[in-house]
Amino acid sequence: MPDDRELAATGAAAELLADITPGDAALSEEAVSLAVAGARRRPLGIIFWLAVTWVGIVVIAAIFANLLPLAHPNFQNYSAINTGPSIHHLLGTDDLGRDLLSRLIFGARVSLVVGFGSIAIGMIVGGSAGLVSAYLGGGWDATMNGFAFVILAFPQILALIAITAFWGTALWKITLIIGIGSIPLIFRVVRASTLAFVNREFVVAARALGASPARIIFRELLPNVLPAALSFAMIGVAGAIVLEGTLAFLGLSVPLPTPSWGNMIAEGSTNGQLQQNIYIMLWPAISMFLLLLSINLIGDRLRQRFDVRESLV
Amino acid sequence: MLVTYLAKRLVQLIAVTFLISVIVFLLVHLLPGDPSVTILGANDTPQNRLILLHQLGLNKPLVAQYATWLGQVLHGSLGQSYLTHQQVSQIIAQGAPVDLELIVLSQIIAFAVAIPLALVASRRSNRPVDRMATTTTFGLLALPPFVLAPILVAIFAVGLGWFPATGTVPISQNLATNLHDMILPAVALSFGSIALYYRLLRSDLIATLQEDFITSARAKGLHPRRVMLRHALRPSTFSLLAAAGVNIGSLLAGAFIVESLFAINGVGLALINAVEQRDYLVVQGIALVVALVYVIIQFIVDFIFTVVDPRVARG
Repeated sequence: MPDDRELAATGAAAELLADITPGDAALSEEAVSLAVAGARRRPLGIIFWLAVTWVGIVVIAAIFANLLPLAHPNFQNYSAINTGPSIHHLLGTDDLGRDLLSRLIFGARVSLVVGFGSIAIGMIVGGSAGLVSAYLGGGWDATMNGFAFVILAFPQILALIAITAFWGTALWKITLIIGIGSIPLIFRVVRASTLAFVNREFVVAARALGASPARIIFRELLPNVLPAALSFAMIGVAGAIVLEGTLAFLGLSVPLPTPSWGNMIAEGSTNGQLQQNIYIMLWPAISMFLLLLSINLIGDRLRQRFDVRESLV
Repeated sequence: MLVTYLAKRLVQLIAVTFLISVIVFLLVHLLPGDPSVTILGANDTPQNRLILLHQLGLNKPLVAQYATWLGQVLHGSLGQSYLTHQQVSQIIAQGAPVDLELIVLSQIIAFAVAIPLALVASRRSNRPVDRMATTTTFGLLALPPFVLAPILVAIFAVGLGWFPATGTVPISQNLATNLHDMILPAVALSFGSIALYYRLLRSDLIATLQEDFITSARAKGLHPRRVMLRHALRPSTFSLLAAAGVNIGSLLAGAFIVESLFAINGVGLALINAVEQRDYLVVQGIALVVALVYVIIQFIVDFIFTVVDPRVARG
């Protein structure tokens, strides 16, 4: 983050932890709003657009993978085993003669579907629950919030390992499980941002005019909460991709031979493979690093712009 | 105030604990997969299966099974592996020291890197040193263990041959070899913590350095290093320590990945092996214990902070 000027700028994970911090950083309201005004005026910067470009390339390549002039990701060409990068195989082949570029591009689908799909589930369910809960307030809200808190106390990766082990590892199952797992956190974030608006004048005015609860929630509250929620969702996408990758690495995500970046890294990380053909591990590792970096960057920039106050969570 | 707050947290802890036991139980019992297939193989007769399910008490209603299991757990028995007949508590007791060592080493590395880096960066915030450190740590956030560990192995074990790629000797056998073998796994685990701790401490330090008492210390002509170490550092470490406490959860998960990559015999490797073999009392037992450890650590961290800073209880 070359031009990170805000005093308050910390990592996404750090922001999440900030809510348990006793005594917030001694930044006055004024200082924060000044910093935010500064962030608004500043252009997003070349780094941001580079990150958007990389995510764009990965998404487009994954969507149109079938149309690209690539070998089938599982096609085994025994006359081209463990070749390095060449004109025929731009990124080389693996120990079964499968084209690594093809596997990389098809493998991106898994990360992207799980990353964006699961967070979409989390946003739709957790986000709307958070909106409604903050609007309703009272005992219902307190119960929901307490329940989300309890669920968050459970280490997610443990639940994921146990569920996928016994339920299965189809792509939609992984997406659904990670999506459900993301609901409590998204609920709490959206609820917190909504609470900042629930008693504002325009909401009270809408209520006084006789607007229905649905109208207040969707026309008054939602537009105000959405930018912050979406920038948080980007960080969530990166988290979901890491979870899927971790599961894949442990052999608990989409079954072989379907390629995913996680299982490619795992396949290429055995001692023998690392000595013989490092590219099997290297390409997906680099792609994964760049994808996570880009998504984090985009989320971080958007967060600065829309000033998500995680300390409210 | 303090007492009521702690009492409330304790009730919460008990509720969470109960819920965790239910979740863990249901996780394993509601999901498809027949343990009799695991034990007897797929080709045994239905009669034998029924006898086995009866012996294991798996034909009773769920609530009864849960009560039996909870009763055993409360008596300190987590059951035994269907396959190796090893006690689950024994599996955990064997693996836990390895996890503990891995986590402690990774935290030593993380603090040793993050604290000096944050001290240097916050003193010259927005100068090149700070920019570089902040950019680098942002990059570290994009290197989860399953990406980082293979790269480390490729460079330092396969390429340079400084460390073994997998395995280690028990700490009791040879301390020096053990520590040497654990360096790569610990480094692989430490990156996320480095980024987290650096970013928290840096922003807190920058905030502290604006305070009047720092100006006053500087005005008295104290050496800059003394101002940083004796005056600024301590009041800036609250969020750092809180984060370190909460971080244990993700460290446990990370440790599991690192263990499976480096073939280190910790609880994580035992869990993943049990999952692969559908040895579900082992999965259930490990999940329960790990979740409990996680929750209790969070409670203790909370407790310490309430005592250190009474504002927590009021907030």
